[in-house]
Amino acid sequence: MDIEAAKKLIVEQLEKKSKSKSKFYLKDFYAFLPDEKPRTVKNLVNDMVAQGILEYWSSGSTTMIGLKGTGKQAAAEDEA
Amino acid sequence: MAKHKTPLLDQLESGPWPSFVSDIKQHAEVRAKNTQKVNYQIPVDVCDDILGILELSFKHGRTHWKHGGIVGVFGYGGGVIGRYCDVPEMFPGVAHFHTLRINQPAGKFYKTEYLRQLCDLWDMRGSGVTNMHGSTGDIILLGTQTAQLEEIFFELTHNMNQDLGGSGSNLRTPSDCIGQARCEYACYDTQALCHFLTNQYQDELHRPAFPYKFKFKLDGCPNCCVASIARADMSFIGTWKDDIKVDQAAVKGYVGGEFKSNAGAHSGRNWGPFDIQKEVIGLCPTGCMKYEGGKLSINNRECTRCMHCINVMPRALRIGDERGLSIFVGAKAPILDGAQMGSLLVPFVPVEEPYEEITEVIEAVWDWWMEEGKNRERLGELIKRQGFQKMLEVTNIAPVPQHVQEPRHNPYIFWKEDEVEGGWSGDINEFRKHHQR
Repeated sequence: MDIEAAKKLIVEQLEKKSKSKSKFYLKDFYAFLPDEKPRTVKNLVNDMVAQGILEYWSSGSTTMIGLKGTGKQAAAEDEA
Repeated sequence: MAKHKTPLLDQLESGPWPSFVSDIKQHAEVRAKNTQKVNYQIPVDVCDDILGILELSFKHGRTHWKHGGIVGVFGYGGGVIGRYCDVPEMFPGVAHFHTLRINQPAGKFYKTEYLRQLCDLWDMRGSGVTNMHGSTGDIILLGTQTAQLEEIFFELTHNMNQDLGGSGSNLRTPSDCIGQARCEYACYDTQALCHFLTNQYQDELHRPAFPYKFKFKLDGCPNCCVASIARADMSFIGTWKDDIKVDQAAVKGYVGGEFKSNAGAHSGRNWGPFDIQKEVIGLCPTGCMKYEGGKLSINNRECTRCMHCINVMPRALRIGDERGLSIFVGAKAPILDGAQMGSLLVPFVPVEEPYEEITEVIEAVWDWWMEEGKNRERLGELIKRQGFQKMLEVTNIAPVPQHVQEPRHNPYIFWKEDEVEGGWSGDINEFRKHHQR
């Protein structure tokens, strides 16, 4: 797998859906890269979070992942 | 004087038990007086506002907390749970009220020095309110603000040799019973295995890897003091293969009243003289024991290691010597589909470093669940959806009688065509000639 190409594809896919959705399940990322093993995709997604391309959102029980800066942000989260 | 009037909460203090309301009121006062000269980094009146928001929630009959968020510490996808208040103007002290999960030590052994350090840190950078321990097992620190998270994380990891625990779609902090440190029933070293699994699966613990939460819990014996069989996606329960060791003289001691049953645990009331027939033999779930002519005999082949007889007569009966653990899978609380107890997957495995027989099973289960599990589907629900037989296939474990509760009760082990001589081939029309539908 070309890692850079895979990252680009993930960003493109998320941007494409960004109008209707800002947070995604890890499983949605598997669908973007159907030929890769879940574990490989998981590592890639976690790398992208560390690089600041993506960010986690957690309810405490479930974690979702989105493009950094989309949706409700930390600074605004305490606003009703 | 209290910042908010809390008549409904005050009522909770009137019961016979110690009340969290009294504790929080007490801490609110401590913070207001600040005789220790703590350099508080979040509002001093945070505890007053906890009481205020709780009172309002009682009054309205609905919560005023907003749960979840993007807050966290760098590199970690768990351990911090964002929480905000939806009436921050009324209760600015709890406008942000994030939770931190701290990975408790195996067996929950602490030095007082460590606890003091932790409390000092939390008084300064948080609300001072803790939950020791949460149902996950972690030390739960309740209530701090976003700007404090990295500061607390730095302090914990650099000066206290302490890591965060798991939350979200991560492996949750593995949790164990006190084990061989203090308990003669422990069939394996729960603390060693808990510590090993925590270190071995650091990536899964700190970075979301799964469709939903995944819990390991480790019990040293079937008494299940951490209730692993009811709560963990994968539970490791100590057991033994050989016979229960019987000291016949001590059995007579119990029968004769020389020793108190259950080690005197129920001696607060007079239950009458000990009746071995009623209290032990009659309660054995498999009926594998008898007491005749002053001698206790056990048909160990039928024993399911329920521990009842050992608990009642601990001086007379001991666990066997060929010890190991059983692995159960799929327990969960009732959010979806009702509560489930764990199902037996591996009846017995010796517990020896480097624990390869255990990690092989874990990783095979994870591979299957990561591939096939739906979003927010616990392992127990996947097992129900695809069948226990599938679980056996992915872990490469052959079906054994212990996988079946009783004949024809839960027959989830089916023959496959290639396992049957001649396969399934047959003429359905020919069959129907002789057998009505």
